[in-house]
Amino acid sequence: MGEFEPRIVAFFCNWCTYTAADLAGTSRLSYPHNIKIIRVMCSGMVDPKFVLKAFLNGADGVLVGGCWPGDCHYINGNLKARRRVALITEVLKQYGIGEERFWLRWIAASEGNMLKEIADDMTAKLKQLGPSPQRNMGQMAV
Amino acid sequence: MPKFAKLPFKKDELNKNLSGFFKGMLENGAVNAVLVPMAQAKKGVRLTLVTSAANTAQVDPFAPIAAVSGAKIASSLTSRPSRRKVAMVLRSCEIRAVIELVKLKQVNLDNVLLIGMDCLGRYENTDFAKFQEQGGTSESFLENALAGKTSMPDFDIAGACKICEFPMADNVDMRLCAIGAGNGSVFIEAVSAKGEEALEKSGLKIGETPAGRGEAVKKLVAVRTEARDRKFAEYRAETNSFEALGDKLAACVNCYNCRVACPVCYCNECVFLTDTFRHTGEQFMMWADQGGLLKMPNDTLFYHLTRMTHMSLFCVGCGQCTSACPNDIDLMPLFRTCADKTQARFNYQAGRAVDEEQPMAGFKSDELVEVTGQVK
Ligand code: SF4
Ligand code: SF4
Ligand code: FES
Repeated sequence: MGEFEPRIVAFFCNWCTYTAADLAGTSRLSYPHNIKIIRVMCSGMVDPKFVLKAFLNGADGVLVGGCWPGDCHYINGNLKARRRVALITEVLKQYGIGEERFWLRWIAASEGNMLKEIADDMTAKLKQLGPSPQRNMGQMAV
Repeated sequence: MPKFAKLPFKKDELNKNLSGFFKGMLENGAVNAVLVPMAQAKKGVRLTLVTSAANTAQVDPFAPIAAVSGAKIASSLTSRPSRRKVAMVLRSCEIRAVIELVKLKQVNLDNVLLIGMDCLGRYENTDFAKFQEQGGTSESFLENALAGKTSMPDFDIAGACKICEFPMADNVDMRLCAIGAGNGSVFIEAVSAKGEEALEKSGLKIGETPAGRGEAVKKLVAVRTEARDRKFAEYRAETNSFEALGDKLAACVNCYNCRVACPVCYCNECVFLTDTFRHTGEQFMMWADQGGLLKMPNDTLFYHLTRMTHMSLFCVGCGQCTSACPNDIDLMPLFRTCADKTQARFNYQAGRAVDEEQPMAGFKSDELVEVTGQVK
């Protein structure tokens, strides 16, 4: 068995965080392959179902990336996302998925470095924490 | 200053006297209709919409049953309102759900006189039938329940009621008071200006206040709160992972009755019944391929967790979900323990106040910074 490699599902907003990921790529900054990116138009459109489904299917972490407050392309989608993330966190926490596995971060289009730092940081922390308790349950009981 | 009218009753005449009160309100035009629990022709007690003063004889407001949440009936009657004035006699959980539905624009209280009845608990639908067969009446229930005894030989009040810390309804125009009213009488309390006007029109005389009521309510609330906290702790210890949650829900067949019965599950069309969840055979096969197998119907935990993110902020702990489950899954503690956490996070309490904004209905730029922990 090699080292545990966390699987992180990342929902990145098209205008900021996804662009930052693109920038990180074109600047040849390497970030861990553990992050599987799904592009959404805005962090405000990350439905609780996306997050729940990811964890139920065994994701070790979920990272939502959006524009900084004040910069959302749709004015305030990110502020709605923040309340929703707090809500989902409270639900998940009760069933063994702690806040260390579910992150919301603001990453601007120009912040390719920060994207790399956050991806490194989350991956390292999840490596320490170990696999999601849900990982081996699979589709049996969900 | 709350105003009280005393309604003494002789044995077996509580409902007769209450019927007189509702009759008076209809005759004197305080309201044009009353929605009130009423004995049905053969058996059972159901909320009944009465528009004629000649038809109040069978009212039974204190009957320990709530076959369907009255909040759903309130929504049917007022989401496209009639413009007639209607008094609604509901219990605390129903009223708290009504408050949430007002905010969701699914109940309109403009022409409603809300009357909250003191609730000491309800029996499950089928247990209530047994209760009646065994000779139980609202009077016997009140007498026993006020002395702390709700159990019958082989059943008791719903689990939700045993841990309900709201036996007395708030946010009402009037109350039907049994707690602390003393044996052989109930009180009718006018709480709002609207309620006072109606009480005057009903023809009852405003008089003494029930002296022991405040204390009695407080004592009952303390007992219930303690029972609630004990249940929460027990339940949380048993349900702290997806796996444990899966065990609790093992008998679930995805019928979705729990969401149909829930008064605050507010979507007109549940997403789990839409095309989003009408998958192709190919899709199911792909999911099965991931681990080599797929439990069918699938998405059971997914459904319950989604419901939690949608409505736990509004959960009033009425227990209608538990009552509705054909497979005897006790959903109430699941949703109440979850709701307790989600509501606390936003310093919100379902049903507390009409003017308290529902947490997902707004946002501020300078709040919840701890979520990202980032400052620019
Ligand atoms: S989840 Fe259950 S206890 Fe909570 S409001 Fe809905 S039916 Fe009542
Ligand atoms: S009512 Fe019971 S069986 Fe039906 S979906 Fe709800 S928990 Fe499952
Ligand atoms: S567009 Fe980036 S968070 Fe809304």
